[in-house]
Amino acid sequence: MTEYNFAYLDEATKRMLRRAILKAVAIPGYQVPFSSREMPMPYGWGTGGVQVTAACLLPEDTLKVIDQGADDTTNAVSIRKFFARVAGVATTEATATASVIQTRHRIPETPLTEGQILVFQVPIPEPLRFLEPRETETRTMHALEDYGLMQVRLYEDIAKHGEIARAYAYPVRVEGRYIMDPSPIPKFDNPKLDNSPALQLFGAGRECRIYALPPYTRVESLDFDDYPFTASKAAGQVCAICGAEDSYLDEVITDDAGGRMFVCSDTDYCATRVAAQAEDAA
Amino acid sequence: MTPLLQVEGLSKFYGTHLGCGDVNFTLWPGEVMGIVGESGSGKSTLLNCLAGHMAPDTGRVIFDTRTDGPRDTVTMTEPERRWLARTDWAFVHQNPRDGLRMNVSAGGNVGDRLMAVGARHYGDIRREAGDWLERVEIDPTRIDDRPRAFSGGMQQRLQIARNLVTGPRLVFMDEPTGGLDVSVQARLLDLLRGLVRRLGLSAVIVTHDLAVVRLLADRLMVMKDGCVVEQGLTDQVLDDPQHAYTQLLVSSVLQV
Amino acid sequence: MSKVMIEISGVTKRFVLHNQGGAVLPVMQGAALSVQEGECVALVGASGAGKSTLMRMIWGNYRCDEGSIQVAGVELCCAAPREVIALRRSKLGYVSQFLRVIPRVPTLDVVAEPLLAQGMDELQAQARARAMLARLNIPERLWWLSPTTFSGGEQQRVNIARGFIQDWPVMLLDEPTASLDAGNRAVVLDLIAEAKARGAAILGIFHDAEARAAVCDREVDVTGFTPARSAA
Repeated sequence: MTEYNFAYLDEATKRMLRRAILKAVAIPGYQVPFSSREMPMPYGWGTGGVQVTAACLLPEDTLKVIDQGADDTTNAVSIRKFFARVAGVATTEATATASVIQTRHRIPETPLTEGQILVFQVPIPEPLRFLEPRETETRTMHALEDYGLMQVRLYEDIAKHGEIARAYAYPVRVEGRYIMDPSPIPKFDNPKLDNSPALQLFGAGRECRIYALPPYTRVESLDFDDYPFTASKAAGQVCAICGAEDSYLDEVITDDAGGRMFVCSDTDYCATRVAAQAEDAA
Repeated sequence: MTPLLQVEGLSKFYGTHLGCGDVNFTLWPGEVMGIVGESGSGKSTLLNCLAGHMAPDTGRVIFDTRTDGPRDTVTMTEPERRWLARTDWAFVHQNPRDGLRMNVSAGGNVGDRLMAVGARHYGDIRREAGDWLERVEIDPTRIDDRPRAFSGGMQQRLQIARNLVTGPRLVFMDEPTGGLDVSVQARLLDLLRGLVRRLGLSAVIVTHDLAVVRLLADRLMVMKDGCVVEQGLTDQVLDDPQHAYTQLLVSSVLQV
Repeated sequence: MSKVMIEISGVTKRFVLHNQGGAVLPVMQGAALSVQEGECVALVGASGAGKSTLMRMIWGNYRCDEGSIQVAGVELCCAAPREVIALRRSKLGYVSQFLRVIPRVPTLDVVAEPLLAQGMDELQAQARARAMLARLNIPERLWWLSPTTFSGGEQQRVNIARGFIQDWPVMLLDEPTASLDAGNRAVVLDLIAEAKARGAAILGIFHDAEARAAVCDREVDVTGFTPARSAA
């Protein structure tokens, strides 16, 4: 039956998901409700992302899955294996050769290209959630572009911390219209959302929401004129493995005596650079 | 001169029960109108219908908007009404908790409306917020304190600052001095009177305190069982009441 | 020919007490008088004859049932609230017997308020309020206090300062010299004379016969307007 019901989902589910995705693409940044299905993994492990990926996959696709930038963590490995088994698609760890990339908490360092699809796993799709608890009210706020409250939140950050203290899930405005939660990616990745040649899809399984950024969509991080957005990361550090200065770094504690190192969070990017350096040396 | 607010045949029913019935009045720029009546007389229902919090069943509420002139706020779209509520209108609740964001600093509370209408310069917003705190007699060094840390009177003044920062032309007040100590009430009344005069505000004040309307309101409307039984110049209604209910109301005030 | 500033004719007033069995109390019938620019007219008559009632009808806080009351060209019997408010803001001043203010507001601001309501600059208004308070011998140390705590005589002088701070074309004075000592009474009489000299039309109630004689040009006895009580 794999020819008929390709990639795990039954026909009706796939149609429902694709309709939701089409609608999301048509209204960039708008959260489209969908009837999320049970997936063979717990909520919080990427059930939304898996459904979106399954709805997008074609037999000729090459899939890459990353978790916090890494291809080799449990979540990434199990989802990659899952699709290799149920859809039989090729898998890869190389960003450049993948046609569909499912991600948790990162956007790859290697620039994406036209034709690629980036699928984000989203825990909480509603950017206004912790400012306004009523879902009816947040929907109305989106509908009426009533976004002063979000700005108040950023004001409070500056008043309290001297800067906008959000390091991840930093809210963005899509095409000057909807305010969107970019999923918990570090704010370092926010500029990559803007004007990306790839199609970016966001799936929240538990919350039953899908939203999207079609290729070349204008995405601005919210800020103040006198406190502009900055895509910061660990200051003054380079990757201990590949020496990269331009990539997002993870801090790794190496012993109990305060020893630590900074390494690229994007394992493919790091490995590619190390390989190139070895080639140059040879 | 164009009236700021024209109310024609406004009625609101709760099922078969009359909330307020066939209310008509015209409010001119710079006028302060009081609405008095006992609990359940329909004064809060009327205020909520005027301020767009509630849709009346019949009638028109025509407001002279800055950009398009007189418009019926009952039939305008929700975004238009919300825009008015953030710009030309202000609403001061009896309980400051209903009108303030309690988990946001005083500065953020005042800046809220500015940001809602598009202000994006932190320094300017903060300066304006500090300025308004001073105008309502709150020490500007407390700009980063949350309203919880304020006394009831301060919270009420903060609510007023938050409402007036966008320069509204019409202020709705629901028992603005209701929950306050007498001494704090006096201070607030003085402040309100000064602001109304300096900013040329018009206001509709709902209260059951006749002393408050005498000091603040130019005109007075008396409501009973959802209907307006008498309206006119404040001191004329209070000193020479014509309707039986108004006479009862005026004669029931305890003399100090 | 001087302009008539207050013109009253055929004025009738009765109170209907709905909560006392709908009792009807006629208090005034066929009242008529006129006051010209630069003239001071005293209302006289026994206590309860209706002097204060007539004053209040001219001020606008008592309704007039029949007849006509014109003040500075405005017909009060059918005026909309905003017309009365405008009249009180710019044309009609009133010195009542009682001071009604918000507690806590400093005396200086109480006195300056009518000027501010007209849109005068705050500093200028305060300067005029200071001069007026000084003239009425209110000690400077009291200017920053609320008049609610003052003695009766002091309150009365604050009231007069507030009443005379502005050059009203028409003024109503309800016992302006009551409870004042000789010195302050002289100041008030001077103020009235000055107002007359600049052309104000003044209608007043003066129980103090000496004061009345000093400033009033003529008297109107309201006893003639009192309805016969036989109907009761």
